[in-house]
This record gives sequence, structure tokens and C-alpha cells, in this order.
Amino acid sequence: MHLALATLLGGGGAPVNDGPIAAGIKNFSNWLTEPTRYSVASILAVVGILYFRKFFSQVWVVTAFFALSTAYFVFAFQDPNFNAIITKPDNVPIVILFVTVIFFSWLSLRRAVINDERTKRGEPTLEGELAKQKVFTWPDLVYSELICLILFTAGMLVWSILITAPIEEPAATARTPNPSKAPWYFLGLQELLVYFDPWLAGVVLPSFIVVGLCAIPYLDLNPKGNGYYTFEERPFAIAFFWVGFLLFWVSFVILGTFLRGPNWSFFGPFEFWDLHKLEPMVNVDLSTYFWVELLDKPRPDNPFVREAPGIVALIGYFLVLPPLLGKTVMKKMVEEMGMVRFNVFMHLFLWFALIPVKMGLRWTVNLKYFIGMPEYFFNV
Amino acid sequence: MTKLFNYIRESQIWKSVFRHGYPDTPRNRTLAVLSNVFLHLHPVKVRRSGIRLSYTWCMGGLTFFLFLILTLTGLLLMFYYRPTADKAYEDIFALREHVPIGVMREMHRWGAHLMVISVWLHMYRVFLTGSYKPPREFNWNVGVILLVLTLLLSFTGYLLPWDQLAVWAITVGTNMARATPFLGHEGPGAALVSFGGIDFIHAGDDVRFGLLAGRFVGEGALLRFYVLHCVGFPLIAATLMAVHFWRVRKDGGISGPL
Ligand code: HEM
Repeated sequence: MHLALATLLGGGGAPVNDGPIAAGIKNFSNWLTEPTRYSVASILAVVGILYFRKFFSQVWVVTAFFALSTAYFVFAFQDPNFNAIITKPDNVPIVILFVTVIFFSWLSLRRAVINDERTKRGEPTLEGELAKQKVFTWPDLVYSELICLILFTAGMLVWSILITAPIEEPAATARTPNPSKAPWYFLGLQELLVYFDPWLAGVVLPSFIVVGLCAIPYLDLNPKGNGYYTFEERPFAIAFFWVGFLLFWVSFVILGTFLRGPNWSFFGPFEFWDLHKLEPMVNVDLSTYFWVELLDKPRPDNPFVREAPGIVALIGYFLVLPPLLGKTVMKKMVEEMGMVRFNVFMHLFLWFALIPVKMGLRWTVNLKYFIGMPEYFFNV
Repeated sequence: MTKLFNYIRESQIWKSVFRHGYPDTPRNRTLAVLSNVFLHLHPVKVRRSGIRLSYTWCMGGLTFFLFLILTLTGLLLMFYYRPTADKAYEDIFALREHVPIGVMREMHRWGAHLMVISVWLHMYRVFLTGSYKPPREFNWNVGVILLVLTLLLSFTGYLLPWDQLAVWAITVGTNMARATPFLGHEGPGAALVSFGGIDFIHAGDDVRFGLLAGRFVGEGALLRFYVLHCVGFPLIAATLMAVHFWRVRKDGGISGPL
């Protein structure tokens, strides 16, 4: 109700008079941020940055990036649709998240590049050089802690005085707002709901994230890179964490906050959040592909027969693939890690990989479920 | 003036509190840390590399500091907040309407957002410097639990303003629990948990019901979240933080190249 009111007052996407360049930038932004392109572009960005890390870790690159982002931000701020979302007080932290994550990723990459070069020349790492010196906790550490705290508190106070914490209308269980979003730090999981059912996106996958994080120290047996930044001594570990944390967590939070509107439909940053925007649902189950399209038959009634192709596919994926890889390509890995570690690792990894696999299949062939058994609430 | 200072510092009261002179000699600097229970979380001497901002990003420290700010402001908010369905919203609203330049609610809310960010960045830093490798495996695990607790603290607090945003965000979040395998009434396998034709898992007794103390986000959920948010989770988190810091020391201080 109040959303509808806002629509009326806001004039339903007030007409914006843009010059051709401004309109071009806005249209391009809306086009690029569509979830498929957004995800592919961010994958390419991560791979590209890690590969060309020497270039990207230069100071002027990150300075130029932040300068351009600021310019873009100032430009976008004039747009009523962009403005409406970015100026919500609760979205300020997401902007902070964006800036800090990019800055610290750059910083770590820079130190990794420098350290890797030093190691190649046989010199100690940046950390190694300083580690030889020991200083007193009082005053060196206590003072820098104190200065941090004072500056930080001052910043918090200014922020708190400038921006009042919002409060919406009183709770009404009968009136569902649209969009209904989970707290922002869970929006990555809510984004997964597009591809998976709640039992996977909301229960199983988060549990595996926690279990997987706990397992990291026991699965990563590479003794190198302990206590200093490096890329070349542990390329797989770093790349994996970048993909997991930066792509599938942080960038999905940003996507969910700024680009998902009513009905969880996609909206470009300059698009009006129209309640009536409908995205056609044309997704098809694997069983339909198999029985109807491939064999040209109706789907069998027995759910287990009907879903046999998906069941076989997933058994192959989770149970046949690991031993197969362990016997062939990853033989060395099994020898180094041992059977137990290898299997735990493979299963966690395959669950993780299921996310991009399913996303890819959704984008390319509109796959809905590998196994779709609504009879038992069992949809994968 | 100097005389006055000296008099104070020679008095029995001063000496009973501080057991060493001004920390400007190695001996007194050591004593300053050793004789203070809070500073004692630190070792007496630290490796130069470990205290560089460009190494730790100060994110663990910031997370802890945010936890302290949140405890303080949260305590003050508790004086003005009643966790019942008809009072909660009113009380929060009153804080906003009747307190000029009130910052307690703001500090608490913005601080909570920041703590989630800083704990993520802390974990990111620990991973990138390989600091979870032996001997710090256990402390990484303590950290993972702290991460989950931080999110739970934030999640339970999200409901307390009892406005539309709060109630529906928690509804969306807890709806997931309905689909828990075997334990949620819309989860796979729930139908198997039945005996003699009686279903044991239904909307009135599944995990979601347990979380919310009801079939939807209502008064029961508000009280439950309030108690967990103000007492349960902070106590567990504080205890684990003590373990976490203790372990940082015992594992040889902030990690560095061997
Ligand atoms: C409430 C949350 C947390 C607080 C208050 C906290 C606090 C701290 C502090 C103050 C340090 C000292 C070094 C530094 O500042 O970087 C530290 C180190 C450490 N933390 Fe945390 N932490 C938290 C959560 C986590 C999480 C989520 C993880 C990992 C999953 C983690 C893993 C570690 C490890 C392994 C160290 C040792 C790092 C080293 O020696 O370089 N902590 N923590």
C-alpha cells in the first residue's frame, strides 16, 4: 500500500531529460548489470586481475579506478532512480563494503606481487624484513591502537549525527512489502534462491560454507605463505578465496541490494522499480528435456522413473567423479592429502561448483531442476 | 605543579593502583603490560611486522572495538526499550522523535553494519596471509564461530525495531528453516519422519516454529530474539573472544614469516 503510494507521488519513474551521452551511459549500465552479464563480467574481472596482477597492483591503477568510480557516482547521483536507492540510509554500509573490499584486495595483491618478486631475487619478504625487529607493546602498539580508536570513534559520531537511523511503518503481518529482502548480509543467499530451492540455498549451502571454512586449515597442506602476502606460492588457495568471497558473496550482496527490486526482478541502476515488471518464467526441468524433447514421450508417472536422468547425473557428479579424478588427473593430490582429506575436499568443492554449474545451465538452456520432485519437496 | 604530581604519585592510593613508574624504561614498559589485565592480552614485545596496518588492516581490533561500542550503546538502549509487540515500535520511535541529536540508536545500528563488514575483512586478511596454517588452525575455527555469532547477533537485532523492514526481513530469513531437510515441514524427508500415519513434523512443531515460538513472526519471536540478542549471544561471543585473543598470544603472536 505505501509502496503504491510512493509510486504515485514519485510520478512512476519521473521522465528524465538526458543528453545523448548521459542516456548512453545509463543504458549501457542497465544493460551490463543484468545478472548474466554482471556475473560473467565479474568472473572475467577476477581472472583478469589475478592474471595481470603486476599491472593491476600499481598505485595509479587503483587511484584511477576510484577516481572514475567517484565521477560515475557523482554523475549517477543526479538520476532520480539511482538516487532513490543509493540514499537509503541502510545502504550506506554497502557502499563502504564495496570501497573497502576493493581497496584491501588491491593492497593484498600489491604486497603479494612485491613479495613474490623479492622471493625470486632471494630477498626476504616485506614482512620478513620487519619480523626480525621486536618492539615494546607499550608504547608502539598501544599508541597506534589508541589513535585508531579515536579517529574511528570520531568518524562513527559524525556519521551517526548526519544520518538518522530509519524506521518504517509499524509491523503488520498482513501486509507484505514488495520487495521483501533478508538482512543485507544474507542477500547472497537470497540471490541463490533464483537458482536453488530454499532447502539448498537457505539451509544446506550455508551449512557447507561454515563447515568448509572450518575445514580450510586441515585441507590446505601447503606450508608456504604463512604469515606474509603472496600469490605465486599458493595460487589455487588465493584464487579460490577470491572467487568464493569476492564473487559469490560480496558481489551478490551488492547485486541483491541495488539491482533486485519488487518480486526479486532485476532492475538496472537507472531503472525505476516498477511493481509490475514481470520476468517470464520459461524454465524447464531436466526430466522434460529427457523424456519429452529427447525421447518424444510423455513424462512417466512414477517420480523416481521420471527423475532418473537427474538422479543418475547427480550420482555421477557426487559419487563417481571424485574417485575417477582421484585415480587419474588428481592422483598426486590423493597421495599428498590422503583419501579422507581428498574426499572431504572434493565434496565441499563439488557443492561449491554446483552453484556456477547451475547458473550456467539456467542462463544457457533454462534448466530449472536436475531432479524435480515436488512430491517430496526434493528439488535440486 | 611538579611537586603536586609527585605527591600524588607517591601517595598510597596511586601506588595501590599502579605498581610501576611511568612506562618510559624497558622495565616499566614491561611492567605496564604485565600488570594490567587488559593490556596483558598483548605480549610484552611484538614483531614489528605484526603491528603494521598494511599487514593486519587492524580489522580484528576494529571488530573487537565495535563489539565494545555495541555493548555500551546496546546497554543504554535497553533502558528505553520494551520487547513487546505493542511497545517495541513505540519505544524506538520515541527515541527518534524525542531525543535531540540522539546518537545511541544510530551508533548501534551503523556500528552493527560495520561490525559485519569488519569481521568479513578480518577473515579475508587472515586467509590471504595464510594465518590459519599451523599452529593457528584452532584459532581460525574459533574465528569461524565468532563470524557466525556476529551474523546471528546482527540478525536477532534486526527484528527488534518491530517495523515492516524488521518483521519481513526476519520472515524471509526464517522461512528458509521451513525447508530444513527432515526438520522443517516443507523440507525434503520431513514426510518420512512419521510413525503409524502420524506426521511428527508439521508447521506447528518444526525448526521454524522453534526459532519463532510460533507459526509466524509474532510476540513470541520478539521476546526470543530479544533475549538471545541482549544476553545469550553477547555472552557466548565475549567468552569466545577471550579464547580467541588468548590463542593469538599462545600461538606465537600475530603471524609472520618464520
Ligand atoms: C568477533 C569477531 C572477531 C574478533 C573480535 C577478532 C579479533 C581478532 C584480533 C584482535 C586479532 C589480532 C590480529 C588482528 O587484528 O588481525 C585476531 C587474530 C586472528 N583471527 Fe580473529 N577476530 C574475530 C573473528 C575471526 C574470524 C571470523 C576468523 C576466521 C575465520 C578469525 C581468525 C583469526 C586468526 C587465525 C587470527 C590470528 C592471525 C594472525 O596471527 O595473523 N577471527 N582476531
